[in-house]
This record gives sequence, C-alpha cells and structure tokens, in this order.
Amino acid sequence: MRWISIGLGLAVTGVIGFFAVRELLIDPLYFFELFLGGLTRGSIYALIALGYTMVYGIIQLINFAHGEIYMIGAMTALIVASVLGLWGWNTAVIAILAFVFAIVYSCAYGFTVEKIAYKPLRHAPRLSALISAIGMSLFLQNYVMLAQTPEYLPFRTLIPDFHFWEPYAHIITSVELTIIITTVIVMILLGILIKFTRIGKAMRATAQDKVMAALLGINVNNVISATFVVGSATAAIGGVLIACHVGQINFFIGFLAGLKAFIAAVLGGIGSIPGAVLGSLVLGISESYFTGYFWSEYEDVFAFSILVLILIFRPSGILGKHDAQKV
Amino acid sequence: MEPILNVTNLTMNFGGLKALDDVTIRLEKGQIAALIGPNGAGKTTFFNCITGIYEPTTGEVQITPPGKNTQSLKGLKPNYVTERGIARTFQNIRLFHGMTVLENVLIGRHCRLSSGIIKAMLQPPSQKKEEKKAVFDSYEILEKIGLAKYVNDMAVNLPYGAQRRLEIARALATDPFLLLLDEPAAGMNPQETKELDDLILWLRDNENVSILLIEHDMKLVMSLSDWIHVVDYGKKIAEGTPADIKANPDVIKAYLGEESDDA
Amino acid sequence: MPIKNQIKQSLIIAFWFMILTFPIMVIKVNTIRHTIDFRWANFLWVGIVTFFASMIWNYFLRRNEEQKKTDIADDIPLIHKLLQNDRFRRPFLGLVAAFFIAYPFVFPMYHTSIMISALVYVMLGLGLNIVVGLAGLLDLGYVAFYAVGAYAYALLNLHFGLSFWVVLPMSAFLGTLFGVLLGYPVLRLRGDYLAIVTLGFGEIIRIVLENWDDFSNGPRGIGDIPAPSFFGHQFGQHDAMIYMYFIVIGLVLMTIFFVHRLEHSKIGRAWIALRDDEIACQAMGIDKFKTKLTAFALGATWAAMGGVVFAAKTSFINPMSFTIWESITILCVVVIGGMGSAIGVIAGALVLILLPEYLRAVAEYRMLVFGALQVIVMVFKPDGLIKSVRKVYTFKAREE
Repeated sequence: MRWISIGLGLAVTGVIGFFAVRELLIDPLYFFELFLGGLTRGSIYALIALGYTMVYGIIQLINFAHGEIYMIGAMTALIVASVLGLWGWNTAVIAILAFVFAIVYSCAYGFTVEKIAYKPLRHAPRLSALISAIGMSLFLQNYVMLAQTPEYLPFRTLIPDFHFWEPYAHIITSVELTIIITTVIVMILLGILIKFTRIGKAMRATAQDKVMAALLGINVNNVISATFVVGSATAAIGGVLIACHVGQINFFIGFLAGLKAFIAAVLGGIGSIPGAVLGSLVLGISESYFTGYFWSEYEDVFAFSILVLILIFRPSGILGKHDAQKV
Repeated sequence: MEPILNVTNLTMNFGGLKALDDVTIRLEKGQIAALIGPNGAGKTTFFNCITGIYEPTTGEVQITPPGKNTQSLKGLKPNYVTERGIARTFQNIRLFHGMTVLENVLIGRHCRLSSGIIKAMLQPPSQKKEEKKAVFDSYEILEKIGLAKYVNDMAVNLPYGAQRRLEIARALATDPFLLLLDEPAAGMNPQETKELDDLILWLRDNENVSILLIEHDMKLVMSLSDWIHVVDYGKKIAEGTPADIKANPDVIKAYLGEESDDA
Repeated sequence: MPIKNQIKQSLIIAFWFMILTFPIMVIKVNTIRHTIDFRWANFLWVGIVTFFASMIWNYFLRRNEEQKKTDIADDIPLIHKLLQNDRFRRPFLGLVAAFFIAYPFVFPMYHTSIMISALVYVMLGLGLNIVVGLAGLLDLGYVAFYAVGAYAYALLNLHFGLSFWVVLPMSAFLGTLFGVLLGYPVLRLRGDYLAIVTLGFGEIIRIVLENWDDFSNGPRGIGDIPAPSFFGHQFGQHDAMIYMYFIVIGLVLMTIFFVHRLEHSKIGRAWIALRDDEIACQAMGIDKFKTKLTAFALGATWAAMGGVVFAAKTSFINPMSFTIWESITILCVVVIGGMGSAIGVIAGALVLILLPEYLRAVAEYRMLVFGALQVIVMVFKPDGLIKSVRKVYTFKAREE
C-alpha cells in the first residue's frame, strides 16, 4: 500500500511537472498570470480557512455557518458603502468604514452563532452539533435573502486602481495585489496573536486539552468565543476583498467559498493554522491551472476530487498530525 | 499443553513514546490471571493491542482456542479477534445507550448469527428461528448474570454496578474462550465487588472461559487470581502467584508501596 | 433566577439583536435607482420577537437542565403509547387506511399530485433514516442517488423504451451499486468528513449532469417521460395520477414493511450499535466498514426508487431538481421528525412537505424555518419530535 502510494504520487508529480514545464515554455506570461490568479484565489481561501481550522482545532466541529459569516461580512460592507456613497462621503473614508463595519458585524454574528447553535451542544454527540451547524447556515442564508434580495448586487469598488501600479496592471490588478498583501499582513498579525498574546496562548492550551486548560484557570467559554470572533474577522476581510475583486455578491456566495475553504483546510491538515494557509494556496493555484488549461466548468468537481483523494490517501492533510482514536 | 494466549515480545510505540516495551505474557486454559500496574503503565494499551484496536509495533500475539490450532492475531481487525473467541469489556463503560438491555446482549450474539440483509427483509423460517434462539440465548445470559429483571429497560437507565455486569453479559454473548475485563470493579461498592468476585469465579467454572483482568482493587485481585502479571512504564517487571507478587521487592517498590494498605 | 433578572437579560439580548440585525434587516439599498430605504418597523419587530424568543429559549434551556438532573425516565411518545394499545390500534390504522384510500377520489387532482410528492418524501426520508438515523452516518449528498434513479428512468426510456416497471427494480439495483461505489472509498472516513465528502459527491453529480450535454441533455433536461402503464394500458391524465398515487402508496408501505424488519433484525441492531459506539461495536465482532456500507447502499436503493417515481410523476427532469437543497430538505424530514424513528420520519415528511405547499404565504420562509428548526430540535429535543422506541420482548414461559 505504502509503495503503491509513493509510486502513484511520483507518477502524478511527473506528469504534472512535464505539462507544467511544457506550458511554461509555450506561453510563460499566461502561465505566470494563472499563477498570480491562483495566488489571489488562494489568499481568499486562506482568510476563510483560518476560521474553520481554528474552530475545528478547539471544539472539533465543522462550522458549517462559517461561509455565511463571510457572506454577511461582504453584505454589510456593501450596505455600509452604498449608504455612505449615496450620502456623498469621501471614497477613502467609505472604504475604511466599510471594512471596519464588515469586521465588527461578522465578529458579532460569529459570536452569536456560537452562543445559540453550538454552546448548548458542547457535550452532545458530534452529529447533533453538525446538524445544528447546517441548520444555522441554512437560516443565515435565507435570512439575508429574505431581508435583502435573492438577486446579485453590484459591489462598489472600494479599492482604487493605484497609480504607481499602472505599468504592471495587465499582469496583476491593484485589487489582486491588495488581496495578496492584505492576506500576508493578516497572517503575520494572526501569527503574533496566537504565538505571543495571552489569549493566543489560552487558545493553544484549550486546543490541546480542554479539561486541563480549564483546570489551569483558563475560561474555556471565553476562549471559544474569542476563536469564533477571530475566525469571523479574517473571514470578513476575505469577504470584502473578494467582493471588490468580483464586483457583485448575493446571499449564496458563502456556500461555495466556505466549502472550498474547508477543502483547503483539510488539504493543509485541519486544526493546523500554517496548514490552512498552505492548503489554501495549493488549492487556489492548482484550481487556477486546472481552469486555465482544462475545463473551467468542472472547477468545483476538481476541488471536491482533491478533497476525496486527500481524505482517502492522507486524511491528516499536508501538515496535520495523525490523531489516533482514544479508547 | 499450549497456552491459550501467548503474547511474545509485544512492543507498542506511539510516536516516540514506548507504551509497551517487550512484554511477554502467557495464559493457561481455565486460568484467572490479573494484569496489574500503576496508572499509565500500559495495561489498557496491552488489551487494545491484543484485541486489534491498535496494531502492535513489534511482537506476536497467538491464541490456541480449545480444540483448535494455534493462530496469530496480529494485524487482525477487532471484529475478527472477537470472532476468534476473545471478548472484552471497557474501563469506561461503553454500552449502546440507544438500546435496551436485551438488545445490548443481542449485539454480542451478532457474530454468531448468519442471516444477512435479504433474509432480514424476507424473514424466511430459518431467520425467524435463528432470531428467536438468539433472543432466548441472550435472555438466558442475562439470567445467569442476574440482570433478567432489567431485560427491556434502556441500558443507560441501569444502576452503575448493573451497567458493568451488562458489559460482561454482552461480552459473554460472543461465545468467548477468553474474557478480557478492564477494571470490572471500578466504581463499585464493596457489596457489588463481592458479587463480581463470585460472578468471575462462576464464569470460569461454568462457562469454560479463561479470564485476564486489569484491576486496581488489590483485595479482589489477590483473592481471585491464579497468576498475576505486573507491568510498570510499559515493561513487565514480575509475574507469579499472588503470594509471590506480594513478596516481590520490585513490585512493592513500583506499585504496592504506594497502596500497601489495600494489599 | 428571579423574573426581574430574566427580563433584564432578555432586554439586553433583544437590544443586541436589534443592533446585530440593523444593517441587513433595516437598511435596504437599491443600487440601481440609488435610493436607501430605512425599514424602521423591522427594527422594532426584531426587538419584540427576540425579547420573547429569548425568554422562551432560556426557560426551556433551564427546564432541560433540571430534567437532566432529576430523572432519566424514558417518556414514550403518545403515538407509540396509542399504537401499543390494542383497543386503539385497529381503529386508528383503519382510519388512516380509509383516509389514504379515499384521498384521490375525494380531493381534486391538484391535491393528489401534492400528496404524491409528500409520499415520495416519506420514501426518501425512510431511506435516509437508515443512513442518518440508524447508522449515524451524516449523508449530505443523498440527492445524488435520487438523481441516479430519475435519470436512469428518463434515459433508459428515451434510448431503449424501457417501461416504469422494468426500470424500477433496475434502479433499485443501480442505486445499491452507486451506493457501494461511492461508499467504498469514503466510509472509512470519520463522521464529519463524511458529511462534506458526500456533499461534494452530490454536487459533482449535479455539475456533471449540467455540463455533460451528450449524456444528460444538460440544463435543458429530459421531457416526455411516460407515466407508468397498467399491463400495457396507458391511462388518461386524471386516472394516471390516481394510479400513480396508489403505486406510491404501495411503495411507501413496502418501504415501511422492509425498513421495520431491518431495524429490528441483526443488521439493524448493528447499525444502531455502530451509531452509539463504534469501538464497542467492533469489539462485539461487528465489521464496522461492512455494516456502514450496507446502510449507505440500502439508503441509496430507496433514493433511486424515489427518483424513478419522481421522474414518472413530473414527466420532466433537469439537474435543478437535484441540488443540495433537496438533500437538506430530506435531512430535515429525518432530523426534525425524529432520527431513527419511522413514525417520526413519516410525520415529518407529511408536515414539512405539505404545510409549505398549502400555506403559500409562508412558502418562501420554508428554508428559513427549516434551518431554525434544525438548530432548535438539536438543542432542545435531539431525538426529534417523535422519538424512536425499541421493541419490547416478553418471556411468558419464564414469568410465573
């Protein structure tokens, strides 16, 4: 089994490598553009995947409603930006306020969702919590659809085209550049938060052993809330950025984005934060090449196939630890 | 005569941690043996290695069921180990809480029944007969274990001691020749422990099973066991009769020293 | 907690929700006409509704806590008590039978058509109940097998002219086959991964159906699918509907019959044991993987048969009928009705499918309510509305 896996892996790598080199030689610019497109896409996945992986690390729950938090972030930004725009505010102020409101509201939603749908089920079977999460996701989607509209809404460009970037804009647009840079900054900040702050240390302790953390005087409920809040904040940033990039949103965007980000989190090794980032980039870039060179209509099929393959051959993901079942 | 359980040089690594280190244990037919050692010594890991929940890193597990040839259990999945005639109970009770007491025992009969899906749907006479017999056998086991009065109750609603006994009943339903009991007396009051003592002896004498048990209650272990194995930090440090073990200085140092008032 | 504090707490919660829902509930921007609409009435409504909802929520939460502490007495649902009572059971079942037999003759065709849909959901629900309710495997791609059945009938009829009665058993077989094929790689996964992977499979099948034009005619779908014939005789539209109705009734009865037998057999017990505790289950000599696979494949069997009936009833299918929402609706039927409980699932299907059909005014809130109900049921009544009851065995010979 082991040798078959290795052999298969080598064969696949060889074939992919061969095609990659060939395409690179035929049209280097297109190859590079696809790479940057994939990097942008992967950055967005990473911002969402962080929330999945952090929550999973702490309470071992797939937070199905996480994609909806991302959608609500984008939706809030759209509403705030539209209102302020109609009131004739300055563009820069609008952009900043839209971001701030999106983050604050997403955090509030993430916090509330945890309190309603997950906290009462903390000691229930995992299946119950998962069904509750699906229910929450369904509820939030329909809530936004009914309160706003089922149609796609055009999204104001919050990020202007940078003047200094014009010579390179044909390779990578200002928005894409902003997405990649923002993601890097968020990752660094998050790394600092987890590594050095009090709450970050409490999160790591809780992820390792909830009971022990509680015995050491860590308020586990607060840590779980904080995890939801932090995850929601990064998702909101992702939501606003992707909305700027695509230019339109509706109530349903969270579903697919959430799924893809989840796949990325599993690919990287669920529960591992660097894994989520790595998995997201790998997924984003490989999706970009797949749609660029093969069939774009089967993009989602490709992502799901990756999920199935990774779960069968390496369920712990690229960076994840193998967890044995406890008896 | 061949020992019915022959575990040789069993080692189990978890990452860098050696949970079991070169453990060799033999069990004769009709024996009641105990596996003792301080908490975290690797006793439950030993059970898990024999029953196929973990696959041991190195070493060999062989069984010789009465009237059958010697065979290896290494690498077999837990359900096949049970089919070969080894049944176990769990330290932290693991009953099926969505089922009645009788159904819990019927689950134990599972691997001795032959009807498949098609038969279950069509219910030909052979299936009905088999099902009826299984229910009857299970009830009989409950009577023997003294749980007949709970037969239709939900398993979770049983008193604690009865839940432990139900685990034994369920294990017995798989027709084992070897029963592995993981801390059967944990959490029991003295009265219940006394009854358990009688039950285990009765099982050995009347049901033709050999028994290997993990237990912390030294009084129970000393009165019950024919033979005792002691492990500490994953290594076997001693074996012998209860009298030998009581007198063994290594054991006293590693284990009895801290709980000498129990012994 | 004194009532005064409860009110204070609920007021705070209500205020929190008023702020929380403000941008989405109150503001509505028309980006085309560039107008903003402030719906202040919603602001007030959110406050009032969440205030009372939080009072009720907290009351039930406290009651649940107290119940857990005091007793674990298993309360048998009323309907089971009644059904166990011999004096009641016969007239009740007679009445139910009379109602369902008379139904298509008393009510107009429109209602018969809706009832057929609801009964198809009963079938699907009972099938999914094997997978989710009994075996505890969360399958979010159940609709894939439903699509397999529907497309099997549509395509086999289109290309080979096979009739309903030929395809129905074939589809059952095909469903089982697909169940085994899809289940084989994924059933080794842990429960929550399984949910995502099955969801993925469901979507893959839909995307393929949408894009593989030569095979499935893409989003345009397949039309003119014939209704079932009666020994070669094709009925007129009205009679065909009644005929279809009785076919579905027959299939539902068959489903109930087989599922009941399975549930209380060796294999059914193994499913429940697996759901309750995988490790103990294996230690009892049960092959975990094989048992999961049988549950998964049997669930698929019923979904495929449901698909055939659906195709025959609507006479037109396209991939839009097989979205993730369909899977979620069927899951809601099982979860809200009562996981593992056949009566619960039947009641769940009838209520959840019929109510939105008749209360058109609330139909658009259907999914919103489903979502909320899933959360509420899981928090307060994890066994569903009508929980399952295990078989009681009597030992007359020994009770003297």
